[in-house]
Amino acid sequence: MTASFCAPLRLEQVSIALAGRELLVVDATISSGEVLTVMGPSGSGKSTLLAYIAGFLDREFTASGGVWLGERNLLSLPAEQRNIGLLFQDPLLFPHLSVGGNLRFGLPRHQKDKRQQVTQALEQVGLAGFESRDPATLSGGQQSRVALMRLLLSKPRTVLLDEPFSKLDTALRQEMRTLVFSQLREAGLPTLLVTHDHEDANAAGGPVIELG
Amino acid sequence: MPTRHPLRLAIVTTMLAFTVPASANPDPSDWQSVVAQAEGQTVYWNAWGGDTRTNRYIDWVAEQMQAQYGVDVEHVKLDDTGSALARVLAEKQAGNHTEGSIDLIWINGENFAAMRESDLLFGPFAESLPHFALTNAADNPEVVTDFTLPTEGYESPWGKAQITFFYDSAQTETPPQNMQALLAWAKANPGQFSYPRIPDFTGSTFLKQALIELTDQEEALYQPVSESDFEAVTKPLWAYLDALHPHLWRSGRTFPDSGPNLRTLMSDGELSLAFSFYPTDAAVAVMEYELPESVRSYVLEGGTLGNVHFVAIPYNSPHKAGAMVLANFLLSPEAQAQKQSLAMWGDRSVLDIDQLDAENQALFEQGDRHPSELPADALSNTLPEPHPSWMTALQNAWLERYGVN
Amino acid sequence: MLRLAPALIIALLVLPVGAGLMMVLLPAFGYLPTLGGHGASLAPWQMLFAQPGLGRSVMVSFASGLVSTAVALVIVVLFLAASRGTWLDRGMRRLVSPLLAIPHAAIAFGFAFLIAPSGLVARLISPSLTGWERPLDMLIINDPWGFSLMAGLVLKEVPFLLLMSLAALPQLAPEKRLMLARSLGYSPTIGWLKTVLPSLYPLIRLPVYAVIAYATSVVDMALILGPKLPPTLSVSILGWFNDPDISQRFMASAAAVLQLGVTVAALLCWWLLEQLIRSLTRYWLINGSRQRGEIILRLVGRSALLFSSITALAALVGLGLFSLAGFWRFPEVLPQMLTLDHWQRSGPMLATPLINTALIGLVSTVLATALVLATLENEHRQHIQPKRALWLLYLPLLVPQIAFLFGLIVAAESLGIRPQLGLVISGHLLFVLPYVYLSLAETYRQLDPRWLKVARSLGVSRSSAFWRVRLPLLLAPLLTAFAVGLAVSIGQYLPTQLLGAGRVTTVTTEAVALASGSNRRLIGVWALVQAGLPLIGFMLALGLPRLLGTHRRDLAT
Repeated sequence: MTASFCAPLRLEQVSIALAGRELLVVDATISSGEVLTVMGPSGSGKSTLLAYIAGFLDREFTASGGVWLGERNLLSLPAEQRNIGLLFQDPLLFPHLSVGGNLRFGLPRHQKDKRQQVTQALEQVGLAGFESRDPATLSGGQQSRVALMRLLLSKPRTVLLDEPFSKLDTALRQEMRTLVFSQLREAGLPTLLVTHDHEDANAAGGPVIELG
Repeated sequence: MPTRHPLRLAIVTTMLAFTVPASANPDPSDWQSVVAQAEGQTVYWNAWGGDTRTNRYIDWVAEQMQAQYGVDVEHVKLDDTGSALARVLAEKQAGNHTEGSIDLIWINGENFAAMRESDLLFGPFAESLPHFALTNAADNPEVVTDFTLPTEGYESPWGKAQITFFYDSAQTETPPQNMQALLAWAKANPGQFSYPRIPDFTGSTFLKQALIELTDQEEALYQPVSESDFEAVTKPLWAYLDALHPHLWRSGRTFPDSGPNLRTLMSDGELSLAFSFYPTDAAVAVMEYELPESVRSYVLEGGTLGNVHFVAIPYNSPHKAGAMVLANFLLSPEAQAQKQSLAMWGDRSVLDIDQLDAENQALFEQGDRHPSELPADALSNTLPEPHPSWMTALQNAWLERYGVN
Repeated sequence: MLRLAPALIIALLVLPVGAGLMMVLLPAFGYLPTLGGHGASLAPWQMLFAQPGLGRSVMVSFASGLVSTAVALVIVVLFLAASRGTWLDRGMRRLVSPLLAIPHAAIAFGFAFLIAPSGLVARLISPSLTGWERPLDMLIINDPWGFSLMAGLVLKEVPFLLLMSLAALPQLAPEKRLMLARSLGYSPTIGWLKTVLPSLYPLIRLPVYAVIAYATSVVDMALILGPKLPPTLSVSILGWFNDPDISQRFMASAAAVLQLGVTVAALLCWWLLEQLIRSLTRYWLINGSRQRGEIILRLVGRSALLFSSITALAALVGLGLFSLAGFWRFPEVLPQMLTLDHWQRSGPMLATPLINTALIGLVSTVLATALVLATLENEHRQHIQPKRALWLLYLPLLVPQIAFLFGLIVAAESLGIRPQLGLVISGHLLFVLPYVYLSLAETYRQLDPRWLKVARSLGVSRSSAFWRVRLPLLLAPLLTAFAVGLAVSIGQYLPTQLLGAGRVTTVTTEAVALASGSNRRLIGVWALVQAGLPLIGFMLALGLPRLLGTHRRDLAT
């Protein structure tokens, strides 16, 4: 797969407050294939930042500032039209769908070769032939890989990672870091990672913002 | 709003002209038009639904009505006739005077008295029914008298009931023949007799039966209760019950729910002696495996209370013509004979059978008597029902005395 | 549209209850022009308080509500505490829904036959152990203080509270709490009671209140098992409303208002007990006692629920035997002969009531489920906390049926709404909707919001995410709620009979009408049919998810 180019993700003076108290202010631009890491202890508002960008901000928070993907103002769009891919601590594979079903869930509706894309995606992460498996029968690492491929197949223009490796055991964690960052870089996606683990930041290799 | 076209107005007026007579009350004396009007109506007949044999008979009636008159009869099964009364009352309260939900009620006694008093019934109609003449009311005043009240044509007779006792002949050889003997029998066989809890209909009838036999002022019972000294008239009854209760089932600390419940308790072996309002009840229960074949029926030596049950039409029934045709059909020899046959229901006819022509008389001939059934002439001694006010007064006095244990 | 859902629900539930209550309040204070009551008067109340045994009626109604609920709650809580992970736990989880499906009246009939002196238990031990050739003349059912009524109520309340608890438990992560407690040296049952129960109770409080309200005003069970001299308040009220002496309606209305007062008093009393127990156990929770009572609690916890479930099942078996019985003399354990007569005779009469029952049940449950889903989805989308006003949703469960249904008929008639299928269905909706809400709301709110975030980040719109992710994930609880709704609808007697003017016959109205004839063989047939219908509903609810997602392990719970 050749590296592709995406528009940069721009955060303009994004500020988040809870009950009048300001939690954070971020002003940054993440270019294609770059990973920006936001580090901070729990309660610092880093997950809230992701929620704001993705369009799921809880009502109790107030936020201001602009979020732009190239020339598109993301804040004016509903969550599903922002083309933002999300990865959480848990892989969150839909239990009512098979592995293949989970991957197809993310594919745009009128796309040709859906089956072929799913097969390829599974091959790419060493899970060839897993289409009809029940996600519950997969190991933690396998599930994470399926979740990653589901995200990539949905053709996001930018990706937000919310401590995606914190629940994996040490050996697996290293492996997944390598996989995720290389795939995202190859896809040329601007990526925002929030974590409290310095090793995540090191593996991401991009700029780091430390929160209070 | 479109302009009023004269033609449209005319059409509407014509339609109204046609609909008005349909909702007005039919004239019972013009029977032809009643029958014509009835065709296509649906008659909702509210009748107690606790007995599959009754229900089966009503199903048969519905089939006949459909075939013979094109009237659709729907049996609304009640667990308590009072609920039909409550319904009509609620409708009147809400101002629904023409679109009532009940077209015919199976009724008698205090329910009839209450509905008459509150003007909830349509009538008079009963005496205009063509088949009514077959009851020969002149010689059989019970078909126009309900608990001493003249029916005045506001209800039409359709069946007869009389208190009938039954016992298991395998366990009891000589059942008690009067109230004093009953007390002695209960003392000798404690816990094996009871009567339904007041205000149940059958239970209240037992009180009246006992009162008629025990009081020395019997004639007072056929006047409103307010015209006599209730305490004096009923004193012997309370003395009797005070003596009887300790020997009843559960020592009189609780009572069965209903008349039919006595039968179930006998079936369980808890009671050895019971009674029912339907003379054929015991025989039917044997046929349906509820009672052992050794059960026998009898009537007390001084006779027992009997009454006629009726059907009445609520004042706000929208299908009065259909209801009248149904009431008339219920009085036909065909329907009365079916009702009386043990295979169908076993409820006695209100027609004066001796006055019928030979062909119709033949309809009433029964096969062999069931061994648990009464002998043919046993019901000759029927005691008439007291004035309905006695029922209420007795119920209240009973609840006052025995309502809390 | 979605935004209107909560208002619509509240209007649908509150208006009828309010109108019904109003039409009962007016006559209670002497206003009923049809019967010549034109002014305000306290006469109905004076008449009511002059009724012999009124005090005892009120006491029994009040006590049976509180006692039966307390016993049932203790049984359920101890079972959950003592049986986690055992075979009993797994077995009961399967059994709980079918048990819940058995209508009250059916349980009552079966239970009465079980424990009566001439009943199944006495027959099993007679005459071999007891020497009884005749049934003992002993007052067991219909006892003056309503103990047999309370026992019957417990049989029905246990499965309901158990199901509600099982639905609420997963979100509390009880295994983790228990693991932690045990690592600190607590024995399992004590650890559960100290770490899980305090969080569980607030989640099942509303169902508990609904149970209290139901038990203080129950009619069908009280008719069969309750005391007779005097009967419970609710049974007396029914008698007075149907009394041929029409003037009794004033008193009946006053009594209906009194019934509401008794129910409210019982709820208040329970609330006070809650406060008392909370402060009494505050120290116990942290006193460090880790083992004391473990064995006895575990023993009671496992045996009590097993016992109540076996009793309920035995009651059904007794009914089944009777539906096939020829003559059956005491003390024989089995009928002398078996016959299909009773079934054959009932067969032709079953069709219409069965169709009506299914139709009313399905329509009212579908409507209720749709409305509940709309309300919950609206709540989710607007990010609103469950409104306080939603408490009103439970009004039909907390206000006794007998207190407002008679008034509701008058209200409906006044508006020109005539008895018909539609009216019966909307009447059922009153009771089905709160139960569906009760069974669904917590799981709905607790669904991990990240599922929907993932879905939407994959380009799926809100409504599409609702259909494609939320509903499939909630399939199991949704179907359980649906089955609960069906069971509630199928069990309704008074609303069906009163709102349909008896014209709309269901299996339950037929069963009650036949029950007045006291033929236990026929009652057996109809009660089994009545119990069978919701059972089919539950079996479908349990089986469908397996059919739809045969190999999806994480969805099964």
